[in-house]
Amino acid sequence: MGQHDYVISFIFASVLAGVPLLFGTLGEIITEKAGHLNLGVEGMMYMGAICGFVAGYHTQSPFLLLLCSFLGGAAGALVYAFLTVTLFANQNVTGLALTIFGAGFANYIGEALIMKAPNRAAVLSDNITRFFGGIYIPVLSDMPVLGRLVFQYNIFVYFGVLLAILGGIYLNRTRRGLNLRAVGENTAAADAAGIRVVLYKYIHIVTGGGICGLGGAYIAVVICGGTWTNNCVNGLGWIAVALVIFAGWSPYRTILGSFVFGSLDVLRFYIPKDVINIPTAFFAMVPFAVTAAVIVITSIRKSAVNAQPRCIGINYFREER
Amino acid sequence: MKKVSKILVLMLAVALAVSATACTVVQRGGNNPEQYSAKSDIKVGFIYIGSTSDKGYTYAHDQGAIYMQKELGLSDDQVIKKENVPEDGACEAAIKELIEAGCKIIFGTSFGYMNYMDELSKEYPDVIFSHCSGFKSNDTNFNNYFGRIYQARYLSGIAAGLKTKTNKIGYVGAYKIPEVVGGCDAFALGVQSVNPKAQVLFVETQTWYNPDLERKAAISLLDKGCDVIAQHQDTAMPQKAAEERGVWGVGYNADMTEEAPKAHLTAPIWNWGVYYKEAVQKVIDGTWKSENYFDGMKEGLVDISPLSANVAEGTQQKIDEARAKIISGEFDVFDGPIKDNTGKERVAKGSRLTDGEITSIDWFVENVKVQ
Repeated sequence: MGQHDYVISFIFASVLAGVPLLFGTLGEIITEKAGHLNLGVEGMMYMGAICGFVAGYHTQSPFLLLLCSFLGGAAGALVYAFLTVTLFANQNVTGLALTIFGAGFANYIGEALIMKAPNRAAVLSDNITRFFGGIYIPVLSDMPVLGRLVFQYNIFVYFGVLLAILGGIYLNRTRRGLNLRAVGENTAAADAAGIRVVLYKYIHIVTGGGICGLGGAYIAVVICGGTWTNNCVNGLGWIAVALVIFAGWSPYRTILGSFVFGSLDVLRFYIPKDVINIPTAFFAMVPFAVTAAVIVITSIRKSAVNAQPRCIGINYFREER
Repeated sequence: MKKVSKILVLMLAVALAVSATACTVVQRGGNNPEQYSAKSDIKVGFIYIGSTSDKGYTYAHDQGAIYMQKELGLSDDQVIKKENVPEDGACEAAIKELIEAGCKIIFGTSFGYMNYMDELSKEYPDVIFSHCSGFKSNDTNFNNYFGRIYQARYLSGIAAGLKTKTNKIGYVGAYKIPEVVGGCDAFALGVQSVNPKAQVLFVETQTWYNPDLERKAAISLLDKGCDVIAQHQDTAMPQKAAEERGVWGVGYNADMTEEAPKAHLTAPIWNWGVYYKEAVQKVIDGTWKSENYFDGMKEGLVDISPLSANVAEGTQQKIDEARAKIISGEFDVFDGPIKDNTGKERVAKGSRLTDGEITSIDWFVENVKVQ
C-alpha cells in the first residue's frame, strides 16, 4: 500500500471517528440553545444505544433500530426536561445523574441480553450490519481518490452531515429557530414577546436527546459491529460536550470540529513512529487542550454569535421575572 | 399529600424488609472458619473486576469457578461471587463481606487487588487469600497464581503465520507491560517458526477495555496492510474489524468465533478451573500451603480454542507438533537463540529464560515492529 493510500485511509478513519461526536454535539447544541446545559449526553447515548440495539435484535429492522435509539435518547432527555424545566432542578446535577443512570440502564439490559444469547454473544443479524456498512454507488464509489473519500462511508456519515446543515438552517434562517435562540439568550424577554418558553424548551431538549441517542446507535451498530458490548460509549459523550464549545455552538462548525477531534483521536495509530515518536497518552490529551484554548480565545473575542447562550444553566421562574 | 406519605411508608417498609433479609444471609455464614474441613460446608469467595458476561477476562475466571464447583460437588451457596469490584476501597469491603459470609478461601482475580489482599491476609490469618497476576505473597495464607499463557500465544502465532499472505500481522496490545510485551514476543516467535518472512506490527491502546479504541487500533493496522489481527484486549472488536475487511484474526480469553465467524482462527484461552479445583481441594483436605502457582499447557491451565474452519491447511498438524514438544518439556517458547528487534542477542543458543525473566520481559523479538 502506497503512502498516498495511507493518507486516504487516515482521513477515512478520521471521518468515521468523528461521527458519534457529530451526533452527540448536535444534540447538545440544540439543547443548549434552549438555555439548558445537559451533561447527560453520555447517558442519553447509552440509552439510545441499548434501545436501538434491542429493537434491531428482536425485529431485524434497521429503521426500527434508528427510531428506537432516537426514542431512547429522547426518553432520557424527557426525564431531564421534566426535572429541570418543570421542577426547576439543578441542571448540572440532573445531567450528571442522567449520565450515571444511562450507563447503568444500558448495561443492565445489555447484561440480560448477553446472558440469554447463544454463547453469550448478542449479535445483530447480518442484514442490519450490512445496511449500516459502507455504501456502494456504481461508478462514483469506484473513482480513484474521491470515491474512497466521499462515496464509501456508512449512511450515518451522510445523515449526520445533512442533520448538521439542517440544524444550521433551522437555527439561523427560520422563525422557530430564532425564537429558540431568544429563549436561550434571554428567557424572560422571549416570554414577554409571547414565545411559549416551556414548550420550546421541552421540544428542543427532547429532540436534542434523541439526536444524541442516534450517536449511541452508531456506537452499538458500527463501532461495536453489532455485538452488544457493555460500557460501549466509554466517554465519547463527554468529548461531545467539549466539542460543543470547540464548535462555538454552531452546527456547521460541528462538522469540521468532529472531523478534527476524530483525526486527533486516530492520529496516535497512524503517525509513523520512526518519524515522530510522541507518547500515546499525549494524543488522548490534545482534544481537551485544544478545547481549553478555544474557550480562552472566544472569551477574549467576545463574539456574540458563537458563544454560550446567556441564560444557560439558569432555570426560568416566570414568577420571579 | 396523604397518598405520597403512604407510598413513602410502604417503600420504607420494603427497604427494611430487604435489608433484614440481607442481614440474615450474612449471619448464616458467620461461623467459625476453623470448623471447615468436610467438603460439604466449605465456602469459596471470588472477586471479579468485570462482569461474568464480558465474554472475556472475567468470563474465563467464572467458567473456572463453575468448573470447580461442579467437579467438587459444591452447592450454589458455597460459592460466593462479587462482580464488578473496582480496584479501590470497594475491594476491601467486598473481601470483608466474603469473610463475614464464612469464606475460607478467597480468589482475587485482578492485579489491583494485591495490596488490599496483602493487608487483609495479616488481619485474618484463618482465611486463605489467593491473588491472580500479582507478585506479592506470604508463606502462610497469601499466594499468587498465574499461568504460562505465552505457550498458548506461541501456538496461535503458528496459525497466524501460516495464514498471512501479506506477511504483515497486526497485534493490538493494551499496555507495554511485561505481560503484554512477553505475550506479543511469544506470538511473534510462533509466527517466525513457520513463516520467517512475516512481521508483527504492535500497537498500544493504553486500555484493557475500550471497544472504540480497540477497533480504531485494529483498523489502523489493517490500513497498514496487515491481514491477520491478534489482540491482548478484552473485547472482540479487533476481530470484528478484521472480519469487516474480509481478513483474519486471533482472539484472546474466549473463543471469539461467534463474534467473527468468518475471520476468527483461534484464541489463547485460560482454563482457570484447573487451578481453582486443585486449590479448593487442598483447602478441603487441609493440605493447602502458600506456594506461588505458575502452570501452563502441560497441566491444562492454558490452551488455544479449537481451530476454526478459517485456518490454513496443515495448521492443525504444525500446532500439534509444537504442543507435544511444549508439553513434554523438550521445547519451550523462550529457548535461545533469540534476538530482540534492535539486533541484540537476548537469549543465547542452548539456554532458556527463567520464569522470573519471562514475567519481566521489556523487549520485543526481532520480527516485531512497534507502531
